[in-house]
Amino acid sequence: MALLDICRHQDWKAILTPFGAQNFSVSCGSEVTCDEFKVPVGVDPSTFMNTLSKNDGKLKLQFNHGTTTLAFKFQHGVIVAVDSRCTAGKYIDTQYFKKVIEINPYLLGTMSGSAADCVYWERVLAQHCRIYKLRNKEEITVSAASKLLSNMLAGYRGMGLSIGSMICGWDKKGPGLYYVDENGTRLSGNMFSTGSGHSYAYGVMDSGHRYDLTVPEAYDLAQRAIYHATHRDAYSGGTVNMYHVKQDGWIKVSQEDVGELYQKYLFKRK
Amino acid sequence: MAARYDRAITVFSPDGHLFQVEYAQEAVKKGSTAVGIRGKDIVVLGVEKKSVAKLQEERTVRKICALDEHVCMAFAGLTADARIVINRARVECQSHRLTVEDPVTVEYITRYIATLKQRYTQSNGRRPFGISALIVGFDYDGTPRLYQTDPSGTYHAWKSNAIGRSAKTVREFLEKNYTEEAIATDNDAIKLAIKALLEVVQSGGKNIELAVIRRSQPLKILESKEIETLVAEIEKEKEEEAEKKKQKKAT
Repeated sequence: MALLDICRHQDWKAILTPFGAQNFSVSCGSEVTCDEFKVPVGVDPSTFMNTLSKNDGKLKLQFNHGTTTLAFKFQHGVIVAVDSRCTAGKYIDTQYFKKVIEINPYLLGTMSGSAADCVYWERVLAQHCRIYKLRNKEEITVSAASKLLSNMLAGYRGMGLSIGSMICGWDKKGPGLYYVDENGTRLSGNMFSTGSGHSYAYGVMDSGHRYDLTVPEAYDLAQRAIYHATHRDAYSGGTVNMYHVKQDGWIKVSQEDVGELYQKYLFKRK
Repeated sequence: MAARYDRAITVFSPDGHLFQVEYAQEAVKKGSTAVGIRGKDIVVLGVEKKSVAKLQEERTVRKICALDEHVCMAFAGLTADARIVINRARVECQSHRLTVEDPVTVEYITRYIATLKQRYTQSNGRRPFGISALIVGFDYDGTPRLYQTDPSGTYHAWKSNAIGRSAKTVREFLEKNYTEEAIATDNDAIKLAIKALLEVVQSGGKNIELAVIRRSQPLKILESKEIETLVAEIEKEKEEEAEKKKQKKAT
């Protein structure tokens, strides 16, 4: 209000909002302010989280991104492959969890880390992407979508979110691939892998990746990389879900159980 | 009737008018004329330069302002209000570049300015902005655009338009003379803008300020020498036409 602006020297916010609200506006010209979570005044989430991660602490919460996901660009677009095992410590919650969110027909988001955080925040991202499309009459670019997500997460830095996500798509600037994580890191690249099994996946991907792969070769490489990660990493497994992002949108290539892939890749050799 | 409903901005009159907004539009009609032309590879903005006092430095009063490298606007109305709108628009252009990693489209920034203006027509304790703006530029894909906003917060796309004093005369001139051939080349589009302004500006080239944006090039404000040359060309063409008509009549 105009009157409020004039009385600037007083902190009206503290009086009007009983709890310290985490306010941030997502600027797409949208003037949308997200009062997502109100934190009680006097509690600083970052210091609380610090006590949990100290090595001498009695109570230790480890946020490992228990999964394997990968994505890489090549001449025919972007290949995205993920496993589907969901774990809670040593217990397997489910072998068939969907770790790729289909934001719109041109945009995919992968999830690794805390399932709850990923599912929630990527759905919020999908909401913003839909609003962008309605307002601007064109699809959001991959760089803008990943920027929105990383800005949202940066607001909660230090508060214990656990998200390692890759935003993949094809927009007016060509194929796009961005890695976004809970620290607010946002990287553009040609190849990424996240999760507890990422080192195994990188090994296979790096040894087989070329820009001029054919489509069947690329499918084989991605599937092989996830499979080998699930073979060695305890927190990855279930099925391999694979997507291919082309100029006119993404397609779901396959969903194969890793047990059958074992037959295909390792057992036959013996 | 109007007397009781024109004070507070947020009050409708019984016959559905927001009088403050209409009075703001009257303020715009008092401002100096601005004309905008959308060509094929060029967009042109021309404004009537108000004569400055003897001791005043001429260059401090600029009616054509760049909002970003590829978008600029001219306004008619209260200069002080325009300064606020331009500042907010410039910040929004950079904010958009930061969050979306793309330059704004002309339509986006027009929509932002129009939303800003509308907010001030529905707010307690504020009055509407007393300006109309002509916003021109090129989008990322190279399409030229021209938009006009007014104090009520509406915006429309135009092929060519005029705002301010005598806008009606200029618009009628443009309706008669804006054809595909008239804007065939960049130079033709610039000349059309000058011709339109010459209809209402008193003493010729000295009182015209002109700016152009060409595709993939930043805003360029023409120097008075260039304008004088173009005005001379236009006068020559007019004379030649008058000669031709005379000859036709004679034969």
